[in-house]
Amino acid sequence: MVIPNFSIGPLHLLDVLPYVAIVTILGVILLLTPFLVWYERVALALIQDRLGPNRVGPRGLLQAFADGIKLFLKEDIRPSAIDATIYYAAPVLMMIPALAACAVLPVADLRIDMGGGRIEAIPFVVGNVNIGILYLLGLTSLQVYGIVLAGWASNNKYSLMGGLRSSAQTISYELSMTMAVLTGVLISGSTNMVEIVRSQAGTVADWNIAKFLPLGFIATVVYLIAMVAETNRAPFDLPEAESELVAGFHTEYSSMKFAMFFMCEYASMLVISGVATALWFGGWNSPHPALNFVPGFVWFILKVVAFVMVYVWVRATLPRLRYDALMALGWKRLLPIALAALVLTATWDAVRTPADKKSGWPVIEAPHDADKPVARASNAR
Amino acid sequence: MNAYLTAAMFTITGFAFIASTLLISRILRPSAPNPDKLETYECGPLPVGDAWRQFNLHYYLFALVFVVFDVEAAFLYPWAVAFKLEGPYAVAEMLIFVALLLAGWAYAWKRGALEWE
Repeated sequence: MVIPNFSIGPLHLLDVLPYVAIVTILGVILLLTPFLVWYERVALALIQDRLGPNRVGPRGLLQAFADGIKLFLKEDIRPSAIDATIYYAAPVLMMIPALAACAVLPVADLRIDMGGGRIEAIPFVVGNVNIGILYLLGLTSLQVYGIVLAGWASNNKYSLMGGLRSSAQTISYELSMTMAVLTGVLISGSTNMVEIVRSQAGTVADWNIAKFLPLGFIATVVYLIAMVAETNRAPFDLPEAESELVAGFHTEYSSMKFAMFFMCEYASMLVISGVATALWFGGWNSPHPALNFVPGFVWFILKVVAFVMVYVWVRATLPRLRYDALMALGWKRLLPIALAALVLTATWDAVRTPADKKSGWPVIEAPHDADKPVARASNAR
Repeated sequence: MNAYLTAAMFTITGFAFIASTLLISRILRPSAPNPDKLETYECGPLPVGDAWRQFNLHYYLFALVFVVFDVEAAFLYPWAVAFKLEGPYAVAEMLIFVALLLAGWAYAWKRGALEWE
């Protein structure tokens, strides 16, 4: 699908593209959240053999909007024992990184006719930052401040416990996640999100999950486990374990500030699923060249939605972990596995890549024959 | 630089959205506080003391081990992008670096820093 570089008055498509991206991505994230809530409730009801929301709107589709309006109009209870400044700042501190992280998610590669038959691939992304993956990791880990400050400022024992648990859990799984992402960066050879996705063009076999088998696959599994823990979702939802901590860090929050935490959970689910898609599952690339007629953004959205479905499925299936089991899984299982995958991938790549592709490596030139093509030793050591 | 600018604009737009929803909600919602309603929630009974007190020291231990590994990760990112250009020494250097860290990790495990009581 080739789009001409049309212009409206003095504005060219390429100039306004980032602004279009800002509005669409922010709008999609915020509009998708109510449907995610609806989907989660319906899917959980289906799995648990009950009805779920079915009153507001067709098939209960408007239930989440009704809940939103309710939260919007509810009285805001400001407990007397709180640390007011931090208490009010915490939901905003949590929501901003979740939204800001979307800025580097590469949604699609637009093919734009630059005139004169020259077609260029322009990524549809808000900020094509060259350290995109670091930007994402940095912002997702900033969210822990929101949680721990909300827990602390509430001056409630349940909140404090929830906040502390969450911070310890997030930093533990962040390590495994960082190492797994590092493996992905190593495979793709770039920290730019767009470059990472472009390096996976082709078939399913070109996606990072299928490279350096089984190492790419192992790193992907580590990432997927860590991503559920990072977003504090079941079975890793100890920070808000309702059977022991009431509601965890947001026990004392009401009205719109509670809605912020709620929206933030879904926004970060979308973001982190988007990273998984871009890093391991080919981003906007179709699984087979025969399916290339489907636009890239459709693939991207399909993959992200698939991850969200897995999130809900996992929540409905697995029981919550005990806290010591949770920490042991993060530190004693996932971290060494992720590190091993990283080291082995690096070594494998160093051995495999033809020597002439690397400047610092010894290159042995085969004797040059006039009638033979130049042959080069591929594994010169 | 332009990419960072648009990313910053995105963040500002997001912040504007958050601020406006909080503000509009503030105008629309009722406000009828009373002392009982504003009490800290502790499942019904009056709360015993406040929550700003000592808590499990073990959280700090995990935080310390985390800092060590996270700094390592920060070093490894540039390496992961550049090692294809840097030759075999880069791989060897990384192996030594990771081996040193693994030794620290094994020590922390042996001393029980990774156990949760």
